[in-house]
Amino acid sequence: MGNFFLDNEDIRFLFDHIDLREVASLQETHALNGDADYVPTDVDDAVDNYRRVLEIVGQVAAEVIAPHAEQVDREGNTLNEDGTVTLHPLVRENLRRMAQADLMGFTLPRKYGGLNCPNIIYTMATEIVSRADASFMNLFGLQGIAETINAFADDGIKDEVLPRFARSEVTGAMVLTEPDAGSDLQAVRLRAYQDEQGVWRLNGVKRFITNGCGEILLVLARSEPDIHDGRGLSLFITERCESVRVRHLEEKLGIHGSPTCELVFDDTPARLVGERQRGLITYVMALMNGARVGIAAQSLGIGEAAFRLARLYAHTRQQFGVPIERLPAVAELVTEMKIAVEAARALTYETSRICDIENNNLRILETVKDLPADEQRQRKQLGRTLKRINGMLTPMSKYLASEMCVQVTNDAIQVLGGSGYMKDYAAERYLRDARITTIYEGTSQLQIVAAVRGVASGSFENYVADHENERYEDARLEELKQRLIEGRKRIQESVQFAKSQPTAFLDLAGRRLVDSAIIVIVGHLLLGQAAVNGRKQRVARRFIDARLPMLEMYCRQIMSGDTSPLDEYDVLAGPVPSLA
Amino acid sequence: MRESAPICGGGWRLPTFPIWQAPLNRGERKVPYDIVVCVKQVPDTANVTAEAMKEDGTVNRAALPTIFNPEDLNALEAALDARDRFGGTVTVISMGPPKAADVLRDCLFRGADRAILLTDRRAAASDTLATSYILARAIETIGRYDIVMCGRQAIDGDTAQVGPQIAEKLGIPQVTYLEELVSLDGKLARVRRNVGNGWELVEVRLPALITVIATANQPRPPAARRVMRYKRARVPMEIEAEVKKSLDNASEKETRDAISGRMEEFRRQGLLIEQWNLDDIHAELDRCGLAGSPTKVFRVQAIVLSKKGFSEIPGTEDGVRRLIDELVMDRTLG
Repeated sequence: MGNFFLDNEDIRFLFDHIDLREVASLQETHALNGDADYVPTDVDDAVDNYRRVLEIVGQVAAEVIAPHAEQVDREGNTLNEDGTVTLHPLVRENLRRMAQADLMGFTLPRKYGGLNCPNIIYTMATEIVSRADASFMNLFGLQGIAETINAFADDGIKDEVLPRFARSEVTGAMVLTEPDAGSDLQAVRLRAYQDEQGVWRLNGVKRFITNGCGEILLVLARSEPDIHDGRGLSLFITERCESVRVRHLEEKLGIHGSPTCELVFDDTPARLVGERQRGLITYVMALMNGARVGIAAQSLGIGEAAFRLARLYAHTRQQFGVPIERLPAVAELVTEMKIAVEAARALTYETSRICDIENNNLRILETVKDLPADEQRQRKQLGRTLKRINGMLTPMSKYLASEMCVQVTNDAIQVLGGSGYMKDYAAERYLRDARITTIYEGTSQLQIVAAVRGVASGSFENYVADHENERYEDARLEELKQRLIEGRKRIQESVQFAKSQPTAFLDLAGRRLVDSAIIVIVGHLLLGQAAVNGRKQRVARRFIDARLPMLEMYCRQIMSGDTSPLDEYDVLAGPVPSLA
Repeated sequence: MRESAPICGGGWRLPTFPIWQAPLNRGERKVPYDIVVCVKQVPDTANVTAEAMKEDGTVNRAALPTIFNPEDLNALEAALDARDRFGGTVTVISMGPPKAADVLRDCLFRGADRAILLTDRRAAASDTLATSYILARAIETIGRYDIVMCGRQAIDGDTAQVGPQIAEKLGIPQVTYLEELVSLDGKLARVRRNVGNGWELVEVRLPALITVIATANQPRPPAARRVMRYKRARVPMEIEAEVKKSLDNASEKETRDAISGRMEEFRRQGLLIEQWNLDDIHAELDRCGLAGSPTKVFRVQAIVLSKKGFSEIPGTEDGVRRLIDELVMDRTLG
């Protein structure tokens, strides 16, 4: 009987290492949970619940979802003539099992039947599910939609919709993208208008909608026809009905179990979520932040799956009379894969943890009316700080984890050689599934644009300051920390230089700055882990030794001031090829 | 799967239609059924060591990690599934030491309505005859039931005797090796049973005892909300032990009061798992435990299979042929 939580040493280590008691105590403070008979008695009880929930997730992932993954990948879902979609029978079976296990209201408050788990536990669960089948994560991971409804919709909508999510009678979709509004959501055109009875109605086309065939649709639409940017957009909730048709099911490179739909809205009745005009600038931005951590977790799961396959193969495959893991080139590939997964996991879990602190802080500020003035001021101040830090860490995690999983799945195929290229092994599926992660919920390039702001504006220094003040008993860790401090200084010089250049330069230097900052941040996180775990000491040392020279390289590239990709674009990119 | 000719026995009627035309709910009447499931905590026989047997030839449970007997989980699933479809109740009963409360909690996690631990030192070392007598007494004590479900067999003894013997003692019909509960219609159950090289479709009058095999279903996972609630459920003996541990120097009366106070607290919260002894079920003591057990275990032997490296077989015609030859040679095949 497999279990993808219990067999994963690193997740279990982090479960114990991360201060989940702090998270749990925040999560249960003023939780307004109603009278559920499964409320934890205290903080330790809550943490024990988290562990048990992850054990269930691990069991369902290993015993149900993983064995279905290959067939789901090969057969996919079906578009019916009437514009509905039939999910693959095994995907439906996965959903049924998750429902039996009460896992579809993961983060919702108990009064709606949810488990009231914090984001960090949801992130771990998402990773575990994604290791079993990355495409199923797109159904499990869409619980952010319920969370968004919980955060912004009025009580009427919440009471009506959220219990159905928790009972897994419905799944949802976030309906944002249009043919001409991908990365640039300000360009959304789908029209929302009020009919004579004052009912909002939606008209238009949406494209590339993950699980667009779900029952509850959160739709970004233009409610103010005269305002052409993001301020003209509002968020609506609507249910699947005859006036919403799936016109097309995309044929994709990977995640075949997840239906990607083109949706046509034809005077579809809808209800407004929250206030008009805040659709993109407030609600979708919040939704996206959660979703980005979700994709980071999905990436971790795919990376973990690919690593495990490669590790086992390198151990059993014999060439030249030895297991291939004894060959230096393969040994380095395998260790780099493992360290890359652990590095991305360290950053993603840390981000989730800080998201929990931020979200709960906000929730307490909004829902507790009689907070003492002092506490209110402190919480507001804390909120601002955390928002800046998360504004940097969230895109960093999504960028790091998704790029990691493309690299790791690619390397897994390399370790498996010819076998990895064949459909006989899951390696090729992992790579195909991985490839979307650097694209959806904001491309890597967009994540960098968001993250580099934090690196250039002081959030980075503020965040690492606490880690730099940490004192390690072990002299070797202290020494590694000093080198990270030097690295941070080097980044600051590069930031100063970049800021002295024309505006476009910061964007051009963005990837190198963010990569460098990630090396320093993850280096500190691994040092923290190394302080309590012998193996992690080796991991931290290897990570810092191998990556600091890369930081040096990135900074030197920046300091060279080279802008030729912009200045000499036409020359370097050569002529535009003719279509024929 | 090959279609075997159904065997027609006393009281059983031949189906008048091919099974693939028998939809699950054919003729089903939605009346509720009360189901009793017998479950057992067993040593994990995948991890047996030389200490597995005590000197008197009985199983040394303390030396072994314990698990939920796998086919009992299938029996539980079959019962829960029937309850989900028709309504009714699922009561689980387990005979064993206080530690067996673990499997009862697991049953509550997965959806059982009521759990009873049957524990009594006088029942220790019962063989299948004594065990089935005790369980039959317990089921009669429960009173109303339509179906009794058991796993086909437990992985420690592998006898597959307890289920059938319970049926005999209760004087009800039995169907063994259930693979699918095809339909339930008031007083009649239609069951597809696996007969090794095919299946039979049999109808049986309720109440009846049914034993379930591993291929019947995939047991549902524990439900998170129920885990959060019922992880705190305890049998009285566990509460006693916990209270005694926490009150080191207390007088006997203080301890007794503390225990009854805690017991009441658990009962009020619906977290007290029932605990019965042989008196509660009015068992004749000479039919229980060693006295009621004619079976004597002579010896348990641990056979360790050693692994001798591995060989890689290329996925070619020739490679497969070589593999088959090898398997035939060492009598894995043929």
